[in-house]
Amino acid sequence: MAQAKSSILERSADKAAALTPARMSRSIKGLSDRAVAWWFIAPTIILLLAINIFPLIWAVKLSFTNYKANRLNAVVKDVGLRNYERILTDPDIWLAMQATAHFVFWTIFLQTLIGFALAYLIDRKFRGHAFWTTIILIPMMLSPAVVGNFWRFLYQPQIGLFNYIVTFFTGAEPSSFQMLGSVDLAPWAIVIVDTWMWTPYVMLICLAGLRSIPDYIYEAAEVDRASNWRRFWSITLPMALPFIMLAVLFRGIENFKMFDMVTLLTGGGPGSTTEVASITLKREAFEKWRTGYSSAFAIILFVAVFGLANIYVKALNRVKQR
Amino acid sequence: MSSNAAHSVVEPSNTSKSVASILVVLYALITMIPLFWIVITGFKSPPDSISYPPKIVFEPTLEGYCNLFTTRSRQTREYVAALGPPEGICEEITRKRQMVIVGKSNYWPRFQNSLIIAFGSTILAVFLGTLTAYGFSRFKVPLADDLLFFILSTRMMPPIAVAVPIYLMYRKLGLSDTALGMILLYTAVNVSLAVWLLKGFMDEIPREYEEAAMIDGYTRLQSFWKVVLPQATTGIAATAIFCLIFAWNEYAFAVLLTSGSAQTAPPFIPTIIGEGGLDWPAVAAGTTIFVVPILVFTILLRKQLLRGITFGAVRK
Repeated sequence: MAQAKSSILERSADKAAALTPARMSRSIKGLSDRAVAWWFIAPTIILLLAINIFPLIWAVKLSFTNYKANRLNAVVKDVGLRNYERILTDPDIWLAMQATAHFVFWTIFLQTLIGFALAYLIDRKFRGHAFWTTIILIPMMLSPAVVGNFWRFLYQPQIGLFNYIVTFFTGAEPSSFQMLGSVDLAPWAIVIVDTWMWTPYVMLICLAGLRSIPDYIYEAAEVDRASNWRRFWSITLPMALPFIMLAVLFRGIENFKMFDMVTLLTGGGPGSTTEVASITLKREAFEKWRTGYSSAFAIILFVAVFGLANIYVKALNRVKQR
Repeated sequence: MSSNAAHSVVEPSNTSKSVASILVVLYALITMIPLFWIVITGFKSPPDSISYPPKIVFEPTLEGYCNLFTTRSRQTREYVAALGPPEGICEEITRKRQMVIVGKSNYWPRFQNSLIIAFGSTILAVFLGTLTAYGFSRFKVPLADDLLFFILSTRMMPPIAVAVPIYLMYRKLGLSDTALGMILLYTAVNVSLAVWLLKGFMDEIPREYEEAAMIDGYTRLQSFWKVVLPQATTGIAATAIFCLIFAWNEYAFAVLLTSGSAQTAPPFIPTIIGEGGLDWPAVAAGTTIFVVPILVFTILLRKQLLRGITFGAVRK
């Protein structure tokens, strides 16, 4: 009862606030809490609606047409669901999805493995660990495009430092392999750069997970004379798992839509071996100018990311409760 | 003291500490090699930069930096010899390569664009984000969780998927290749991070402070301005740096929506071309100048990084 009453009161206050022009209410100086909340939140929502949602709705509309953005005078025809049908049966799109899956799987696998191991080591709290942690974090703060560009230099056949180091340790001929030019190596070249760049991210979140485990649990395990091995598998790993999942999800979302770094490294080549979904989309939209078709593809990608994001937020909230 | 305790579980043993420190330091050093290499390549001459085996010892030169900021043209030996004494170090270096400086390159204008767009969008995003975060933190907003999810989900969108319709919209509105267009776009991307981060910071400020101020006769807005904001300065500063770094580093929108007057540095740096292919020392010099602010900010932010990358959910 009391609740219903207050909500009616609030609603009327809300109406009153809505009816009062901004300048006048400021002169009254006592904006109601409801009005303050609205004035504070509305601008952000409006901006997001204008810059994100409105274009998105437009894209949905275009995805049912054969519109081409470089031909302004051509007649735009309604093609129904044909764009979506063609995408789901297009072998090029499936190749792109395979390239994306390879990239996402291996980057996450390597980053989680190395990132967790590093976090576990840093959690030993040796002298100077804070300093070295900061150094390790640097790569993830850089611009992915700039990173892709300078790794292209390191990967140069003959003159590149990466090739030189590999040659130095394996004795392979310096001209016998091209990281970016070979069909077999290029998918791994982009995995290496992404792992170099983003392992610190996974490490930092895993470290937070390890530090969230209270000491008394380990002390209890000590009383029970649990072995180190046992302690790791039944305390450390399960308790850090929500954090690891969070990092995996976020990296998954980010790498699913990877564009900048790969564009600068390989541009999708050689052939289409490293053509991940975003690069295919860019090609369709801005090189072939198939706006309707690419809009449909964009919507499909968006729905996939949106689903992942939904899970991500649930994971965030779970971690938050700790 | 605790390190002397004979067998503490919580405190790792000295051996495990030293093994850990060796491995971590090793990783840190290896991971720094690419960055170190780029910085020193900036000080190499073009032939040194592409020599095999790669040179670690070389004669440092500012040629890369000179080439980064200038455009040059090749001249005959006689023409160069007939010129007056060179003005400044860059002219001296260029003339040794039988070239003369004919003008300024586009690097500095692109760098300026990056500054304007990054700072403009950061100021806007933090302003909007602070208000919105306060709104969500202090008031019962209907559908608050859904709105917050909506705000976050806009950041998760694949940039290329959004770029198609934004490109069309900007073309209609005349915002293509303008700083204003980029500022609005980056603000929209950053405001989601700003709201989530700042809400976390504001949740930590006890409500009692404002309530006390309001009992003393402050209005809601006054208490927001005079009580909450001063308490939130660390959070606002950290948020601003995160927004700045994002806008500074962004490439996908920049390369698709700008081509000339509003182009930022990231799409420009890979296009720096010298005679016969990429001018790697100039590219490296441009990269170094571009990356140094990020290094400074990373060090400033180190305590808040975890918060920033998890949208404020994980606080250590």
